[in-house]
Amino acid sequence: MNEIVIKTNNLTKKFGNFTAVDNITFEVDKGEIFGFLGANGAGKTTAMRMLCGLSHPTSGSGEVAGFDISKDQEKIKANIGYMSQKFSLYDDLTVGENMRLFGGIYGMKKSDIKTKTDRILNELGFSAEKNTLVRELPLGWKQKLAFSVSIFHSPKIVFLDEPTGGVDPITRRQFWEMIYEAVNDDITVFVTTHYMDEAEYCDRVSIMVDGRIEALDTPKELKRQTNSQNMDEVFQKFARTATRSAD
Amino acid sequence: MLKFLLEKEFKQIFRNPFIPKLILFMPVMMLLIMPWAANQEIKNIKLSVIDNDHSTYSERLINKTIASGYFTLEDVSSSNSEALKSIESGKADIILEIEPEFENNLVKTGIAEVMISANAVNGTKGGLGSAYLAAIMADFADDINTEWGRNVDKLNNASINIVPHNMYNLYLDYKVFMVPALVVMLLTMIAGFLPALNIVGEKETGTIEQMNVTPVKRIIFILGKLIPYWIIGFVVLSICFILAALIYGIYPVGSILTIYFYASVYILVVSGLGLVISNYSDTMQQAMFVMFFFMLILILLSGLFTPVSSMPEWAQFISKINPLSYFIQVMRSIYLKGSGISELLPQLLALSTFAVVFNGWAVLSYRKSG
Repeated sequence: MNEIVIKTNNLTKKFGNFTAVDNITFEVDKGEIFGFLGANGAGKTTAMRMLCGLSHPTSGSGEVAGFDISKDQEKIKANIGYMSQKFSLYDDLTVGENMRLFGGIYGMKKSDIKTKTDRILNELGFSAEKNTLVRELPLGWKQKLAFSVSIFHSPKIVFLDEPTGGVDPITRRQFWEMIYEAVNDDITVFVTTHYMDEAEYCDRVSIMVDGRIEALDTPKELKRQTNSQNMDEVFQKFARTATRSAD
Repeated sequence: MLKFLLEKEFKQIFRNPFIPKLILFMPVMMLLIMPWAANQEIKNIKLSVIDNDHSTYSERLINKTIASGYFTLEDVSSSNSEALKSIESGKADIILEIEPEFENNLVKTGIAEVMISANAVNGTKGGLGSAYLAAIMADFADDINTEWGRNVDKLNNASINIVPHNMYNLYLDYKVFMVPALVVMLLTMIAGFLPALNIVGEKETGTIEQMNVTPVKRIIFILGKLIPYWIIGFVVLSICFILAALIYGIYPVGSILTIYFYASVYILVVSGLGLVISNYSDTMQQAMFVMFFFMLILILLSGLFTPVSSMPEWAQFISKINPLSYFIQVMRSIYLKGSGISELLPQLLALSTFAVVFNGWAVLSYRKSG
């Protein structure tokens, strides 16, 4: 244990005069569920996009899965999974076709794709929906599918950007069960969320305020430090200091 | 990797409610309608006659004019101002005024005068109309000279009779000229607009984000976008060949394989241009308008409708950097003259250069991270 899979050093992203991400430095261990909290517009998505190789840092450095985030973006991409805030699977392809497409792009063998598709659909209880167009699925199912696709190629790390936004409580619970299973398969989970009950499920959480990381520890320790009953209170105490207006 | 991307593109194209119909119906509609409409032959010129003579000869002259088939007699006016009114109201295109002593002068002196006034708002129609009329007058004079057995004064009437021999398109059939050009236009529209809307469409739905976070190589991604339109282009081309043969009986004089070969390069050119525009656009609307802008310029300056040689210098220069003009030359040469690759090497070189430049640009301008 304690192998570091994500490491950043004064990572910064500016858009013109606006500093979206301001000198953040943190580490994530292998096999962790790392919660990345923050109000809307705090810079969570921007930071995550830099870690995923979708955006170049303005300054500072970082490593993901052992590769430099400024230089080896394509190598990082081969080792991670990403689930964007906005649903971004092909809704004019079926459930099975989406899995086949992304499995193929990550270089999986045809036979592996087939067995894995069947296994995952079975686990999700989606077997009957294999040939359903994705656009016809309800939101909760779409989110579960998007997560399954993001870890389909067994990445080392998966980045989840508000994966349970707009999803009902039952589906959210099922979703977190899926996250725990992924961790059992040795996948490190980096997740942003607005649900503070979900923050409790994380091994460690960081709280971003106005582009900076204001707190980073286990949920238990954070509650102790701030004298709070639950994560919601912790979050309120930090987020209240924000000066940046939400987007 | 490419295989999976192609599979995905084709599934998306076939499931699109609009694109398969477009690929099928656009060539049919264009080839059914456009060769008849985009016709620059001048016929049915509306004629207003002022016959100040009302004689047998003036009557004959009018009849001969109408019998030529180019003119329809719109009205017979009694005065020039009345005839001008018909021109102003758009009822007539050209006025033929016959002088009062037409027959008298003709019989006595052998010289009579008519006046031709043409409405030159439509320059082509006015110019050609008066030229046709003048030719008919000359013919009329000839007829009368022969009739009267007049020994034509060799000095006065010595004329060089020019008999044009139209090669390759013997009867100057406009359709023969237009069909290959329409095929070019169709290929340009379909293989240009569809890719232009493709990548930017993925930006709008957000699916490109999921693609960008994969290790897919840029060149593979662009090839995945390019190849489907290449194949669609061949389908469109084949539909056009069949329709041109079935409806108009127009077959290429040259080899059909040569056409496919040049088309295979040309489709890459326009699809590449479309992908470049798509890469730089943020919305489909934007891509659409930019593409329209280029299409209009490329088509109008290509020699598709008007000959490049009669354009001003600067326009001729633009047509040299216009891939469309090269492909139109190719298509017309192969379709009408039966040219082969050896005669069309400069065009091949030009088109290949465009294909390399646009597709290289498409790969480079596709950014996986901002």
